[in-house]
Amino acid sequence: MTEAPRFLRPVTTPSADVGMAVTFEAPLPLDCGRELAPFTVAYMTYGTLNADKSNAVLICHALTGDQFVASDHPLTGKPGWWITMVGPGKPIDTDRFFVICSNVIGGCMGSTGPAEVDPSDGNPWGLNFPVVTIPDMVRAQKRLVEHLGIDKLLAVVGGSMGGMQALQWAASYPDCVRAVVPIACAARHSAQNIAFHEVGRQAIMADPDWQGGEYLLHNTKPAKGLAVARMAAHITYVSEMALQRKFGRALQNRDAKSFQFTPDFQIESYLHHQGASFVDRFDANSYLYITRAMDYFDLAEEHGGQLSDVFRLNSARFCIVAFTSDWLFPPVENKRIAHALNAVAAQVSFVEIKSDKGHDAFLLDEPEMFATVRGFLNHAAQDLS
Amino acid sequence: MSELRPDLAAIAAMIRPGARVLDVGCGDGALLEHLKTKNVDGRGIEISQANVNACVARGLAVVQGDADTDLVDYPAQVFDAVILSQTIQATEKPRAVLDHLLRIGRRVAISLPNFGYWKVRLSLLAGGRMPRTNTLDYSWWATPNIHLCTLADFVDLTRECGATIVEAHALNDNGTTAKMNPASLTHGYLGPNLFAQGGVFLLKKS
Repeated sequence: MTEAPRFLRPVTTPSADVGMAVTFEAPLPLDCGRELAPFTVAYMTYGTLNADKSNAVLICHALTGDQFVASDHPLTGKPGWWITMVGPGKPIDTDRFFVICSNVIGGCMGSTGPAEVDPSDGNPWGLNFPVVTIPDMVRAQKRLVEHLGIDKLLAVVGGSMGGMQALQWAASYPDCVRAVVPIACAARHSAQNIAFHEVGRQAIMADPDWQGGEYLLHNTKPAKGLAVARMAAHITYVSEMALQRKFGRALQNRDAKSFQFTPDFQIESYLHHQGASFVDRFDANSYLYITRAMDYFDLAEEHGGQLSDVFRLNSARFCIVAFTSDWLFPPVENKRIAHALNAVAAQVSFVEIKSDKGHDAFLLDEPEMFATVRGFLNHAAQDLS
Repeated sequence: MSELRPDLAAIAAMIRPGARVLDVGCGDGALLEHLKTKNVDGRGIEISQANVNACVARGLAVVQGDADTDLVDYPAQVFDAVILSQTIQATEKPRAVLDHLLRIGRRVAISLPNFGYWKVRLSLLAGGRMPRTNTLDYSWWATPNIHLCTLADFVDLTRECGATIVEAHALNDNGTTAKMNPASLTHGYLGPNLFAQGGVFLLKKS
């Protein structure tokens, strides 16, 4: 049942671990009313599951992340996206914990998504793929966790969209998770968040090579549109101060302004690079689907807007981490979750880390974040033994 | 476990086993950790990130926040007791903070330094300079203690807030505590208001 995942693009780093994939025949019910059957979840694991299966930590990735959290990416050859957080001796210590990370449903790194083949007609799904939500992603992860024989996770950890999934885990499966670590996230996507995503989606769809979403059939790729989407999004991941410090008004490889529209400023060429390298590893339709899933996220919606009610009688412990300069998911949104948990007497800690690196801080070297996560997980594991 | 600060020990003695407690300004979590031995279900608010991290590593549930701004978000009467130790004098709006504490908790345990302590009085009277004592060891321009008061002043504030003093203890400068009669604090010249370095009070809404 478990095999190696198929990737849309050929593996360029043959030495890298490509991970595993499991295909479930039983349908996955989706929030939109449709279901996916069969569906595949591609994943990586690190460390060893202990005898009583109590040391499993699920890591949830962000919008453009994947399952390669702590090992080289087989397509790009780059180190894992959270190598500072996850690994032997790291805050999420793979010498102690069994770490699982899976590609989300709707993604493009081996899990079922719009770039995969629709079994009904043998063509890529494209826009025929159902719109998926954060709860759908978590539902698929739950199937994977069950497949691995785990009843209860020690922890679910994630930043940004990964944090949304961590919160959703606590809401959907309160008895299956002991500790929850949502980092730099929110219980709902704000109007501003949705607005930025819509800019990205419109950039993709405005690219003639998008071909109404059927570019894979036409052997084209909306590279320009996807690159613009990434450029716009990237601005939201960093703080104004960090951009100013890193680039200021410095010119790129020239002494004077060119009086043309080629990139004069370093910040322009940096964004171009961000866009260009992104299109090599990411599927444009996946970007549409996953941004949509984030837009639809509103944990309190089912509870008449009462976030506290989501967590009533929840026995999990929570550690919420925010960064002061994150304007995409500002501390106040993170704190809202802490207050909601407090209101129902859940076990919650909240840490607001001083950083000028913006939203991306959660992926970067932030010693206070590492200390917080390490201390919290150590204690969660300790209370168990 | 290291020994608790005398005011914290006095507060700990006021907390019933198994109670739900919110410690506002919980520092490194020493009191909350101690209260675990009484099966207390404790939560904390702490402004310093280093302290919050220390608490999280101890397995305590602590929210980084500010008593002046964040208490408003806590629902009414969810805690059996709310603790505020050596913090009220550092808040921007002590009256508002105390009102919130009385709203959030069925009991409020509070410790504070006494600016009416004879050494403080003497230091100002004789030295003519802002007092610096063991418990208030800051230059006037660097002190976080922006709203100091005497125990008698504090008793006035509890009345303003519609609170009843359930228990009161004097904190002596040798580290001992002694039960005091709140009535002895109504005039400020003598009694505990002169001889106590600080006070510990258990309040409830009248």
